[in-house]
Amino acid sequence: MDFDFTPEEEAFRAEVQAFIAEHKPKKGTPQEMATWHEKVREKRWVGFSWPKDVGGGGGGIAQQVILKEEMAKAKAPSLGTCFMGLAWVGPSIIEYGTEEQKQQFIPDILDGKYHWCTGYSEPDSGSDLASVKCKCERDGDEYVVTGQKIWTSIAMWSKWIILLVRTGQGESKHDGITCLLVPMDTQGITVRPIQNMSGGTMFAEVFFDEVRVPVENRLGEEGQGWKVTISALAHERSSIAEVTSLQRSLEGLRELARKSTKNGAPAAEDRGIRRRLASIDARIEAMRLNGMRFLTKQLKGEPVGAETSVNKLTRAELEVEIGELALEMQGSQGVLGAGSGAVPDRGKWQNHALNWPEVVIGGGTPNIQKNIIAERILGLPKDPEA
Amino acid sequence: MNFGFSEEQELLRSEVAKFLAESCPMDEVRRIGEGPGFSPELWGQVSELGWPGLIIDEAHGGAGLGFVDLVVVLEEVGRALFPSPLISTTLAAHAIARAGSPEQQARLLPGLAAGTTIGSVAIAEAGDLHGAAGITLAAERNGDDWVLTGEKPVVADAAQADLFVVAFRTGEAEDAIAFGLVEKTASGVSVEDRVGIDLTKRQGRLGLEGVRLGKGDVFGDSELLSQLLDAGATAVVAESVGAAEAALALTSGYAKERIQFGRPIGQFQAVKHPLAVMYRDIESFKSLVYYAAWCIDEGHADRSVAASRAKAMMSDTFPQIGIDTVQLHGGMGYTWEYDAHLFLKRAKWARPVFGDADHHYERVAALGGL
Ligand SMILES: Cc1cc2nc3c(=O)[nH]c(=O)nc-3n(C[C@H](O)[C@H](O)[C@H](O)COP(=O)(O)OP(=O)(O)OC[C@H]3O[C@@H](n4cnc5c(N)ncnc54)[C@H](O)[C@@H]3O)c2cc1C
Repeated sequence: MDFDFTPEEEAFRAEVQAFIAEHKPKKGTPQEMATWHEKVREKRWVGFSWPKDVGGGGGGIAQQVILKEEMAKAKAPSLGTCFMGLAWVGPSIIEYGTEEQKQQFIPDILDGKYHWCTGYSEPDSGSDLASVKCKCERDGDEYVVTGQKIWTSIAMWSKWIILLVRTGQGESKHDGITCLLVPMDTQGITVRPIQNMSGGTMFAEVFFDEVRVPVENRLGEEGQGWKVTISALAHERSSIAEVTSLQRSLEGLRELARKSTKNGAPAAEDRGIRRRLASIDARIEAMRLNGMRFLTKQLKGEPVGAETSVNKLTRAELEVEIGELALEMQGSQGVLGAGSGAVPDRGKWQNHALNWPEVVIGGGTPNIQKNIIAERILGLPKDPEA
Repeated sequence: MNFGFSEEQELLRSEVAKFLAESCPMDEVRRIGEGPGFSPELWGQVSELGWPGLIIDEAHGGAGLGFVDLVVVLEEVGRALFPSPLISTTLAAHAIARAGSPEQQARLLPGLAAGTTIGSVAIAEAGDLHGAAGITLAAERNGDDWVLTGEKPVVADAAQADLFVVAFRTGEAEDAIAFGLVEKTASGVSVEDRVGIDLTKRQGRLGLEGVRLGKGDVFGDSELLSQLLDAGATAVVAESVGAAEAALALTSGYAKERIQFGRPIGQFQAVKHPLAVMYRDIESFKSLVYYAAWCIDEGHADRSVAASRAKAMMSDTFPQIGIDTVQLHGGMGYTWEYDAHLFLKRAKWARPVFGDADHHYERVAALGGL
């Protein structure tokens, strides 16, 4: 057991820090941002963990940790701009795609040429994702898709969608699902944005009306789409970046505690507030260390699947608690909206308290994480209907 | 960076687990607990295996290993609820190794390493303050000697211990703390065994009536106190990891087999979800305690905050794990015969020892700059 990094790894950290000092945008002008993305791409830090032969960086796990940590600490812009492409569409194509598909899509994802969106959830298939119904029939060299997706993040700004459709019925509901890669400007696709409770609009309903998709746009085998999905979700590797963002939130909460009052005294001196902050601190640290423990297992070649649900569950609780504690500490100012002139910290905590569903509900709710831990790790019996 | 155990450590773990499974299964644990709380035969055997000397250096007869290795052993010891003065003896040795004089080390460490001397640290007092402010036992100067009069009300393994490492106050200033080496046989020392809520953990009152400490019997300062509290908290959390995992295994095993409403109760989410939360909580204080142990071995600046995070989270979550273990077994969980209550009681023992969640969260807050 050794939590220190090797001299080579520390040298890599110094390289990352030096790079950030030199290239991190000062004002965030479009020109500066473009240069940043060009430079990190040159370094092969976009898709850093991907194999070198597809254009990735071939980076080891310790180096990935360092890169993510340093970028998050410095509040540097993201590595690449095609978020879903980098998070799971790309890894799925690398694992299941044909040579042509890899050549067509991977360089564009790395260069951030356009956005991808994810068409998994449907109105009647959320937590029960394997029950997807979006109809898909074969017609010669084409598939014809008719149905609806919902909660599709950034659908309105995306050029491509990774889509789960039903091509057949099998013994289990997991059979007969197929994964397609579809251009969003195909005839028959309609996008209708949905406003969320914070007032923003980042997800949408997507309707498919006899949308024709060439067969070569299928990812993986017909009827094997569930396998592709599961591996895509497993590509969400470690929670290093999330931990650094949680640590930043905690730092913000500590500052808020220093400038707020509770029962007439500084909130930072209030025993209840101190205990809640310390409990958040301990859980973030546990997430960091759990993440490292799971990475070490991966390094040794042991499969890591359901364990990531442990950190997801804690993170969901923390995101909610952080927003609530911040508004509580604001006292009567906690009623102000994010856009109000007098709101503390320019409304960031108001936004936090209204945007947690992105990480709490998106990607599977806490109940679903608990089911995964109980069934896949502890081996408890499944609900026969689920 | 490597957050895994070495092959040697995995081997050590399986040897400890194998020994305990063969020599101290649950009915033996109960026999010891319902009796004197201590088995000289088993203590002799684990001493032969080198457990008490694990972290003592080789020059003094130990194995020269570190706290990370100790954590491996304690996880298994906790899983088996093995009643023994292992943590107490290890902590007494740790104190002497860290701050004792070469003469004290040469005189005392070999006996502790061999298990022929059983040690214990006597720090906690009646109040709920841990750390230097909680030490009120005052000593009087008499020439070059200190004279101790007072008590330590809950000293772990007091009835078995031959040697006590006693924290006392040498002056008014908060950090005016030193430690005395007090032998059970010394004049003025009395021990009263006190039955515990957890029969597998014994403690007692250490009475001190004019106990004289010569120059060679005194050592350490408030920094040693903080080291001992961190080491003690780390050891107790490590043992609790094993005990909590055993409770979870017992309960999820039961949930798979017990049929109600025509199905295993583990199919109900109201049973399944608390078990998932138990798993998450145990994994979390496990990771925290591994880091705390590594920090002790490395002399890392994070030592105190790491130990406090681990102890705070364990004290915060293990009691609920104990309660859920009993509750999810229904009436069976409430019986003396079934093992569920042993884990509930262990959780209640582990909660306050070396500081409860309130104490350690407060320390985390303070060390975090609040
Ligand atoms: C901000 C945001 C972005 C999203 N982006 C995308 C996207 O880009 N692409 C995409 O495909 N999807 C996306 N989603 C959808 C998301 O994956 C689903 O909302 C989520 O899986 C839950 O499904 P649901 O909304 O249908 O809720 P339901 O499944 O109907 O759940 C309702 C409630 O019932 C509970 N529940 C359901 N089943 C069980 C069970 N078996 N046991 C216990 N409790 C249960 C849930 O925990 C929840 O509390 C996004 C969601 C959000 C909030």
